[in-house]
Amino acid sequence: MPHSREDPHQPGFWRKYIFATDHKIIGLQYGITGLFFLLFGFCLMLLMRWQLAYPGEPIPWIGKFLGESRAPGGIMLPEFYNELGAMHGTIMVFLGVVPLVFGAFGNYFVPLQIGAPDMAFPKLNMTSYWLLFTGGLIMLASFFLPGGAASSGWTAYSPLADIAPVGQTFWLIGMVFLVNSSLLGAINFIATVIQLRAPGMTFMRLPFFVWAQLVTAFLLLLAFPPLEAAGVMQLLDRVAHTSFFLPSGLVVSGEPLNVSGGGSVLLWQHLFWFLGHPEVYVLILPAMGIVTEIIANNIRKPIWGYKSMVYSVVFVGFMSFIVWAHHMYLTGMGTAINAFFQTTTMIISIPSVIILTCLFLSLWGGSIRFNIPMLFALSFLPMFGIGGLTGLPLGLSAPDIHLHDTYYVIAHFHYVVAPGTIFAIFAGIYYWFPKVTGRKMNEILGHIHFWPSLVLMNCIFMPMFVQGLAGVSRRLYDGGQQYAHAQAVLPLNEMSSICVWLLGLFQLPFIFNLIWSLFKGKKVTSDNPWEATTLEWATPTPPGHGNFIKVPTVYRGPYEYSVPGAAKDFTPQNQERI
Amino acid sequence: MEIMPYIVEERKDTGLFNAKLGIWLFLSSEVMLFGALFSAYVLLRTGAAHWPHGSSILNVPIGAFNTVVLIASSVSMVFAWAALKENKFGKFKLNLGITILLALTFLVVKSFEYGTKFEHHMYPRTSTFLAIYFTLTALHALHVIGGIIVNSYFWGPGAKMWQADPARFTNRIEIAGIYWHFVDLVWIFLFPVLYLL
Repeated sequence: MPHSREDPHQPGFWRKYIFATDHKIIGLQYGITGLFFLLFGFCLMLLMRWQLAYPGEPIPWIGKFLGESRAPGGIMLPEFYNELGAMHGTIMVFLGVVPLVFGAFGNYFVPLQIGAPDMAFPKLNMTSYWLLFTGGLIMLASFFLPGGAASSGWTAYSPLADIAPVGQTFWLIGMVFLVNSSLLGAINFIATVIQLRAPGMTFMRLPFFVWAQLVTAFLLLLAFPPLEAAGVMQLLDRVAHTSFFLPSGLVVSGEPLNVSGGGSVLLWQHLFWFLGHPEVYVLILPAMGIVTEIIANNIRKPIWGYKSMVYSVVFVGFMSFIVWAHHMYLTGMGTAINAFFQTTTMIISIPSVIILTCLFLSLWGGSIRFNIPMLFALSFLPMFGIGGLTGLPLGLSAPDIHLHDTYYVIAHFHYVVAPGTIFAIFAGIYYWFPKVTGRKMNEILGHIHFWPSLVLMNCIFMPMFVQGLAGVSRRLYDGGQQYAHAQAVLPLNEMSSICVWLLGLFQLPFIFNLIWSLFKGKKVTSDNPWEATTLEWATPTPPGHGNFIKVPTVYRGPYEYSVPGAAKDFTPQNQERI
Repeated sequence: MEIMPYIVEERKDTGLFNAKLGIWLFLSSEVMLFGALFSAYVLLRTGAAHWPHGSSILNVPIGAFNTVVLIASSVSMVFAWAALKENKFGKFKLNLGITILLALTFLVVKSFEYGTKFEHHMYPRTSTFLAIYFTLTALHALHVIGGIIVNSYFWGPGAKMWQADPARFTNRIEIAGIYWHFVDLVWIFLFPVLYLL
């Protein structure tokens, strides 16, 4: 291990970059891992879209590499399609988006924004990352098992998942690693925000991004353990032959299943969705945080209704624990329970609308700078708006009878997560890249990335609303070809697929930009190139170990832009006098 | 990591040092973990056509004995922490040692209990009651093992910190103690629910 001569405390390569305890390095590790899995999960979808557009036709080029057990003659088998579907969902949610919005952005910028030297528990932070990494490896390895990876959907419903091939066992073990990673991360985030705020950084002076991360951490902390319990029980069902989720008298392939029985299939759904619904907010709240930072910075005026946004995000966090069974209206829970959960579901939409409205109203009268991060952040608003509003019919138990498990559901939550959260991730990368690397990303490539992505996202998901309203089920491996009611909307499959492939093509400028700008991007001349107010811009570029040269003191709220009488149109939080 | 504040002293406005907040947060997630399993127990039991009385399958006197053992270990854990506060290192060693021995006693008794069940061909797969019994008690036993590992470290090599940084070491014992009381508390719920109801 090479040691620097000037500084005897300089850690060696392994301690500095691999088993790092510095929150910034760990944030980057999360970021690289998350982007890799985001791309990998997207590629799984590219394969699925071929089968949906041209069912039964051999996949060009790649088809022959998939092997006889997956795609004989390049034609995808239904089992393989199910694998792709289950793993696309799992990887995108647990290994792509969460590591990016929470692990990467949260790790890197929460300590910086509150003026802390690091996370409260640096070694725990390192453990979190390596647990995630191991879980990811287990998930990837499961593709090479006999019978392939998990194929029972990302929701792993029992009893199907109980009797599925061995890939499901790997899925469960992988999930235990991912859950524990998130739990340790959540403890660390909460302790950091509560304990390590710089002098003067009161709760109502926290940037909204930090609030969003704090609430997200509470959701992970309290919602993940029930999934872990459920995962352990399903694992026992599979390896110790218990019957937690297996009812009496179950018949599989014409043979009665030789188990003690007496289990409950609904128990799995309850435990899964007790995590699953808060998880939705884990995906969206940090994205709202990123978007708020960028909008505040680029409208050059204070965010409208900061306090109501804070109260709203806390309320969303609380309510998200009592809406889970709106995923289960069709399980026969009874109308009384349905009525309760549709009421709470309608209530939880209110604070989300408040946050979005505050952001829209903030735009009014601002002198908006349309740079790349701002374009992505602005497009987040209507895209998330479409995703959110189309969720309301799903939250009501009567229309859900028709819409449940159709392409409408797919379109709804992809509007929230794909042009919603993933656009916020892009926005965050373009926005904070100069702080991390000291260089800006290329604007022209950014435009080539942004505009087609925005158009294509809509061309992919808007047709799915139409298909869903026509009643096409979401899990059909031929895209609905065998159903009479699907015939009229079948051509839309091809349209969606072509747009997905084009979308993949237009991510190349982004990938190129990311790597090219690292070495050749325009150097920033100041530590605060966007002229922002929050504390992460008060650090050197890039921030060194310990972050701040001296502990900052905070004198004001997070978004003091264009303060009357001020010398400049932004007043940083650590600036004492205007 | 010298730059990290509030490792030893408390932050004024929160009244906590970092690890103390950390352990309470960890325990809140543990409550949700065991809470989910207890909820599963309730749902499975209310949905079952037939559910045995715990006392007809499990050995209540042995379970009661183990309850006393764990409560005693919680008491000695408090004594260990109090001894550090009084600056009596020898007394600390003795009490933490007792805590570890009691925890080992608990595990030995538990393993005999498991062994008897297996001899009578009672496995997790035999019935849903046994399945939830083995799951809950095994998960609890894992927590006991975790506690033994942590406490043994502080009894052995970790105790060196007492010379260098006594205040920080005392904090560590307090944290280990809070965790240990939680493990005890889980058993206090498990015993009546599984053995008596």
